[in-house]
Amino acid sequence: MIAFILRRLLASIGVLIAVGLIAFAMFRYVGDPVNQMVGIETSVQEREQLRHQLGLDQPTIIQAARFLINAARFDFGVSYQFKQPVADLIGARMPATLELALVASILSLAAGVPMGVFTALHRDSALARLFQALSLIGISLPTFLIGILLIYLFAVVLRWLPSFGRGDVVHIGSWWTTGLLTVSGLKSLIMPSITLALFQMTLIMRLVRAEMLEVMRSDYIRFARARGLSERAIHFHHALKNTLVPVITVVGLQLGSILAFSIITETVFAWPGMGQLFLQSIQNADIPIMAAYLLLIASLFVVINLIVDLIYVAVDPRLRVHLQRAPV
Amino acid sequence: MTGPLLSVRDLRVEFATRKGPLVALDGVSFDIAPGEVLGVVGESGAGKSLTGLAIIGLLDPPGRIAGGEISLAGKRIDSLPPAQMRDIRGRRIGIIFQDPMTSLNPLLRIGDQLTETILAHKSVGRREARERAIAWLGEVGIPSPEKRIDGYPHEFSGGMRQRVVIALALCAEPALVIADEPTTALDVSVQAQIISVLKNLTRRHGAAVMLITHDMGVIAETADRVAVMYAGRIAEVGEVHEVVRDPLHPYTQGLMAAIPTLEVSARRLAQIPGAMPRLSAIPPGCAFAPRCPRVFARCAERPPLMAIGDRGAACWLYDRAAVAADVRT
Repeated sequence: MIAFILRRLLASIGVLIAVGLIAFAMFRYVGDPVNQMVGIETSVQEREQLRHQLGLDQPTIIQAARFLINAARFDFGVSYQFKQPVADLIGARMPATLELALVASILSLAAGVPMGVFTALHRDSALARLFQALSLIGISLPTFLIGILLIYLFAVVLRWLPSFGRGDVVHIGSWWTTGLLTVSGLKSLIMPSITLALFQMTLIMRLVRAEMLEVMRSDYIRFARARGLSERAIHFHHALKNTLVPVITVVGLQLGSILAFSIITETVFAWPGMGQLFLQSIQNADIPIMAAYLLLIASLFVVINLIVDLIYVAVDPRLRVHLQRAPV
Repeated sequence: MTGPLLSVRDLRVEFATRKGPLVALDGVSFDIAPGEVLGVVGESGAGKSLTGLAIIGLLDPPGRIAGGEISLAGKRIDSLPPAQMRDIRGRRIGIIFQDPMTSLNPLLRIGDQLTETILAHKSVGRREARERAIAWLGEVGIPSPEKRIDGYPHEFSGGMRQRVVIALALCAEPALVIADEPTTALDVSVQAQIISVLKNLTRRHGAAVMLITHDMGVIAETADRVAVMYAGRIAEVGEVHEVVRDPLHPYTQGLMAAIPTLEVSARRLAQIPGAMPRLSAIPPGCAFAPRCPRVFARCAERPPLMAIGDRGAACWLYDRAAVAADVRT
């Protein structure tokens, strides 16, 4: 087991180095960093001096190595636009995005899985048909439209919820801020998290439904029926567990894309998160932020995939055998 | 107990299709006495498995019982509400399916699947259920069952899995076990072992068996009586040695002639010409008439299952009036 985790971690480091090199290539070759930093009236000598200070006159390999080493220490340089260390900028924004993504994921799982099970088991009921129809809307409506509709209804017409921002936040530790502990923070979280969760929720619902229907047709479910087990035991003990194996994969990958999708949601709700920062950095060609964001998202995907693999092993005993046989 | 354990009368199973109902089983009648082994033979698609599923109430929609009666120990079970039928499954009637590789839930320990079934039907505690589960694994011939009980299905071979399946079907001690081609998916070398496990265990526990197979050899060795099915109907039913020695129905005669023997080194294997009709194209009279070497005028009408001694055959050849009328013309 530990050998498995170590192997996966080694592979992960390989992935991260590759992504780091792509980030470096972007950093180094998309535009001239010096031109981005200085004004139009800067002299050639001053430019050369800056170039030397930044180490941009050294061989590419050394620059790449230094970029990677710095990245490993969370040092991504200084933002062109904000003139602040990128790590500080991202660190300040990260809690907002992670909280939003976490709440949205929990929401989409907590609603999506039961709805999928329900629509599979009661295929012909009116409620199941309603869920199916709604899920089609959820899957086809673009995120920003849902966000704007929610804002119009609950912020403009009903005036129940704030239309933008994160509300009041509480500091925990040196850099983490949370909106989960204040009333205005929670109220602000409702609409963005629903907007972000809706697509994932419908996706999970439809996936669980399809998998559940497939499993319910299987021989071992029929044999469980033939042994006179209760419907409850068959549905939730025998069927659901088998349904979850493929669902875990998709949900894991979707967790990553919840972070990626949050760019749109954060823009619609003026949510002070990383997505918004990333969007600003694109508009201003702020390469250090873009490179750091790229690395960060890649790391998150790597971590999520590792967790997904571990959950697999916990759920499916057939995988455990392969692990035990594998050379250490 | 004098009456039959299971009594099937005029069972009719239909599948609703767009072109109207498709009759898959028509007028199927047979009895199984307590402790008796009834073999059910027939070609693929003759309705053997469907009969088993209809008895246990697990026909997949759009299939449904459209007529007839199924009684267990004198009580009708074909129209019971789902909750009562569930109570009968496992506890009164057990079933073994064809493929042991897919019959077991891959994510649950076999011990959990066994104890769960025992707990569903017997009023015992969890520890007692586990002990019974270990005892059952021992009975079906799994070595060191107290260790293997915590194994997962993928850790067992096909033959061992079918033993587990047999334990699962028998662990609530049903009076009737429906074994639906229990050895078809297994290696030939294991088939005999599985059949003998099934035979010994059901005998020891006094359970009757409905053994569905297309292997006449298995039937001849195992069954007390045999029912031959053709196109969703019973062609012939009787004591197994009599049917094998002296088949009455021309279809059964063809089946017996088609079994290769070692004594006669035939250059060609005997076969019945033609193929069983599709369900949508069963001829109006006797379903076997188009392939029958002894077909005559009366066969345009459907023959009932006629009693000949304690045997039965659905063939006009055994209706004296029909044969006499045929001779006159």
